[in-house]
Amino acid sequence: MTARRIVIGVGNEFRRDDGLGPAVVARLRTLSPPADVTLAVSDGEPTRLLELWTGAELAVVVDAVRTDGDHGGHVYELAVGGLGPTTTGTSHGVGLGATVELARALGRLPGRLVVFAVDGVDFGFGAELSPAVAAAVDPVARRVRDVLD
Amino acid sequence: MTHRPDRTLDVRALARVEGEGAMHVRVRGDAVEDVRLEIYEPPRFFEAFLRGRRHTEPPDITARICGICPVAYQMSACRAIEDACGVAGPEPIEALRRLLYCGEWIESHVLHIYLLHAPDFLGYPSAIDLARDRADLVERGLSLKKAGNDILELLGGRAIHPVNVRVGGFYRAPTPAELAPLARTLRRALDQALATAEWVAGFEFPDFHHDHEMMALVEPGRYAIESGTPATTGGLAFPVSAFEEHVIEEHVAHSTALHARLAGRGRYLVGPAARYTLSRQWLSPLARQAADAVGLGAECRNPYRSILVRAVETVYAVEEALRIIEAYEPPPRPYVDVPPREGQGFGATEAPRGVLFHRYALDADGLVSSARIVPPTSQNQASIEDDLRRFVEGRLDLDDEQLTWQCEQAIRNYDPCISCSTHFLDLRVERL
Repeated sequence: MTARRIVIGVGNEFRRDDGLGPAVVARLRTLSPPADVTLAVSDGEPTRLLELWTGAELAVVVDAVRTDGDHGGHVYELAVGGLGPTTTGTSHGVGLGATVELARALGRLPGRLVVFAVDGVDFGFGAELSPAVAAAVDPVARRVRDVLD
Repeated sequence: MTHRPDRTLDVRALARVEGEGAMHVRVRGDAVEDVRLEIYEPPRFFEAFLRGRRHTEPPDITARICGICPVAYQMSACRAIEDACGVAGPEPIEALRRLLYCGEWIESHVLHIYLLHAPDFLGYPSAIDLARDRADLVERGLSLKKAGNDILELLGGRAIHPVNVRVGGFYRAPTPAELAPLARTLRRALDQALATAEWVAGFEFPDFHHDHEMMALVEPGRYAIESGTPATTGGLAFPVSAFEEHVIEEHVAHSTALHARLAGRGRYLVGPAARYTLSRQWLSPLARQAADAVGLGAECRNPYRSILVRAVETVYAVEEALRIIEAYEPPPRPYVDVPPREGQGFGATEAPRGVLFHRYALDADGLVSSARIVPPTSQNQASIEDDLRRFVEGRLDLDDEQLTWQCEQAIRNYDPCISCSTHFLDLRVERL
């Protein structure tokens, strides 16, 4: 059955700051999320994201990003319209922006899509978040919790 | 501009290639001086990460190497650990492994066909543009891919990084009743797979051929997926345990990946085209019929036509999954015990992109003392670079933008999983 409300943490826990999305979802589990909300983790592969959010009235996506600036741990909260079609909005090969455009072309956007993106510092191999990004996990999880209320 | 005597192409952020990496081409006059595919490869990190872990852990850990082919890593890891411990899985468990692997082939091949490769043949810059014009086609691809996804979710426990796989088998085996809805999905998917083959057969393929030796696992009697013995188009065959005697990996300066070659022979190619060329006779009658219908002959040496092979293999994987489900009887236990012992074990399976080799050494406590992982893309790297060299030489009259675009297309032919997640590919073209 399609989830009506879903939170998707995108990332790979073995690529340091790319593990931000899954870490936020793990933290969110401890914050008593509403029972009707599905919590999911995804590698960001576009068709899997589409499958997860198709038919949802609300989808919240949490992902690490790389920007040109030096703002490790900075949190961006974006609505669908704020995502460009390029790959710059995400740390993954096929960008979240491109996935949104694909969903739009197929009529598969959720009713409302909110994206929390956190500037990553280190995307090398390893299982730990950098301190700046780790510090963002709890505030982002709490902000997601607020959105769900 | 065109016809600059010397130039360099740098392809950064290679679009629609899984993972990360870069391509560098240096041209002097009408000669291509250098082609380098730079690869940043995670298995090396994981080899170190695995040391000291319990013998039961490699399937779970190595599944994290790749979001596209976690089952391949799990299966090669299980094979190698079970080999080290002198245990073989009984037939019902082996059938479930093959079913799970079929799911991964369907997912991976359909993703590549519809979202990554087809737009090149149809003149679209991306799958988004294809979807805007032909949502029906992309939806067919998504529906077909979901059939693979459903297998992974049911059998693997979830769609990414399956959690139900363990050394010796599965934590839980499905009931026949649980598999019944999957059979219905797969019957519909078979029609979609056949339609996909018919669709890609209508594409126009540039005339380009290679003469690389090709290597794949073979298993007389059936198309090799989760087991088999390495063999090449040059007549070489050897047991999996002799893999490292025949496949030599060397460091090259421009890449964190190792370049592989066959000892005493040179570069070679693994992947769908190699599998098809070596095992065409073991395809099911329907898949062989599809191969004939799309115009595949006895072998496939045009990289562009690899999309045809992926379509045929998708037909095969869907049909094979159905066959396994229809014959399924739950195993008495979902796994066999695999008590650790000191020793070394080898495992190889056919990942969607080709042969994936694992080797583990276990100490007396059952801890991993060394690990070796040879993924398909590093085996193909020398052949891809050689193809690109010849490819660029024949297209030097193109301007940089066109040449870069066509190089990206050529690389996509191989569906390289240059790494497994994060970062972008970089590409540079240098004309001196």
